[in-house]
Amino acid sequence: MEKIYFPAIIGGMKITLSHFFKKKVTISYPEEKRTFAPVYRGQHILKRDENGAERCTACGLCALSCPAEAITMVAAERKKGEEKLYREEKYAAVYEINMLRCIFCGNCEEACPKEAIFLTDRIVPATFKRKEFIYGKDKLVEDSNNRTDVSKRQTPDVLEFKQDKNLKHNKI
Amino acid sequence: MPKVTIDGHTIEVPEGTTILNAARMIGGDVVPPAMCYYSKLKTSGGYCRTCLVKVTKGSEKDPRPMPKPVASCRTTVMDGMEVQNKTAPDLVEARRGVVEFLLCNHPLDCPICDQAGECSLQDLAYEHGLAKTRYEFSRRTFEQIDIGDKIKLHMTRCILCYRCVKVADQVTDKRVHGVMNRGDVGEISTYIQNAIDNDFSGNMIDVCPVGALTDRTFRFKSRVWYVNPVDAHRDCPKCSGKVTMWMKGNEIYRVTARKDKYNEVIDWICNDCRFEKKEVSDWKIDGPAKIDKTSVISQNHYTVKAPSHKPMLNSVNMVGSKQIGE
Repeated sequence: MEKIYFPAIIGGMKITLSHFFKKKVTISYPEEKRTFAPVYRGQHILKRDENGAERCTACGLCALSCPAEAITMVAAERKKGEEKLYREEKYAAVYEINMLRCIFCGNCEEACPKEAIFLTDRIVPATFKRKEFIYGKDKLVEDSNNRTDVSKRQTPDVLEFKQDKNLKHNKI
Repeated sequence: MPKVTIDGHTIEVPEGTTILNAARMIGGDVVPPAMCYYSKLKTSGGYCRTCLVKVTKGSEKDPRPMPKPVASCRTTVMDGMEVQNKTAPDLVEARRGVVEFLLCNHPLDCPICDQAGECSLQDLAYEHGLAKTRYEFSRRTFEQIDIGDKIKLHMTRCILCYRCVKVADQVTDKRVHGVMNRGDVGEISTYIQNAIDNDFSGNMIDVCPVGALTDRTFRFKSRVWYVNPVDAHRDCPKCSGKVTMWMKGNEIYRVTARKDKYNEVIDWICNDCRFEKKEVSDWKIDGPAKIDKTSVISQNHYTVKAPSHKPMLNSVNMVGSKQIGE
């Protein structure tokens, strides 16, 4: 009876040994990062325009389209002399996204008429407090010195899609 | 009593009724849209041309069709008249053209405008699928004017419907504003920066079909679909006191007059009710205001009871228990 075990054990060891020479399936995350698809939906960004003014005009359509009701905002009127800070007459004085509520569906990006909000390939980092997951304008607005490229999300196909009235998405 | 047929619906109406009012008596899809006509204001209508209809048969005596579309708010019905509104594709096309003309000088600033969500022009443009403009020239622009401390005038958004002028003439006792100049350069103005200071001047905000006249106390405070419309009333010595309050929680964001399904004010309200009384204790609440369920204002307001399966199960159980009992 003992004779029967040996081939099985050797067979098992063979498999174990073969895995030493195979490519690892795990990655050690913070040091090593997986490549994302160009349209990966991660943490949001509030874009600035080419002059560095905030594009968001607090129209509230992102919050309206949000299925998780994660977005809140308070609008304010632009004063004289702030034209370089804000693109439109009205701007978001407070803009908050609750990242615990957010399901990263990208509806806000789709609803935005000003091309102000985009989802990026950044991951929302984990923290210990719920409070820290409510991202205000300090975390969401694009850094004017360190621009984020979202041109892949604005391909001509996407823009054309938004305008095609025959598609169900745009139908009246 | 002349008989009129609109889109296949026949109705008998009193002598002198306009086609638009006859259509409103029928109701539903037959009603042509109106941007300048206002049933509560005399001599309104005839400016915007959105209420165009096609008259395919003039009357019983003279059955010839009218040679071109007519403004239904200014044309009275004749006996045996046959009118087409939605059923005539060429008329829908003509109205589309009218809407495009209205949008020629209208800025595309709906994301900023406080009227967005309850704007007649927005609805009209949406209905006709006008997402793009073919107008290549620069639009006329104006400085924003504060008319008094409560009303803001955005002349760029104005479509010159004359409704606010008629309100000032017919509801308030003194008119200090009007339409200056003519044609392409016509504009609503107080001539010399004059404050409109009148007990009923706030009604101009309600009658404005676009965002040209807006409430300064509500300016950029919220979007209309984030505030809950609630009907309320108070004993007002000046007006009927019947209003719609737009609330978020216990805070009153703004007060407007109640409106009917054609977006027309039911009772005029005074400026005290509209601008001064912003405490819940000032009002007696009648209940939630009725909002068209297709309107964006009804978004995210869970007033309709969700269908549940529980009562059905209960009734099944009840029937079952009864049987056992018997």
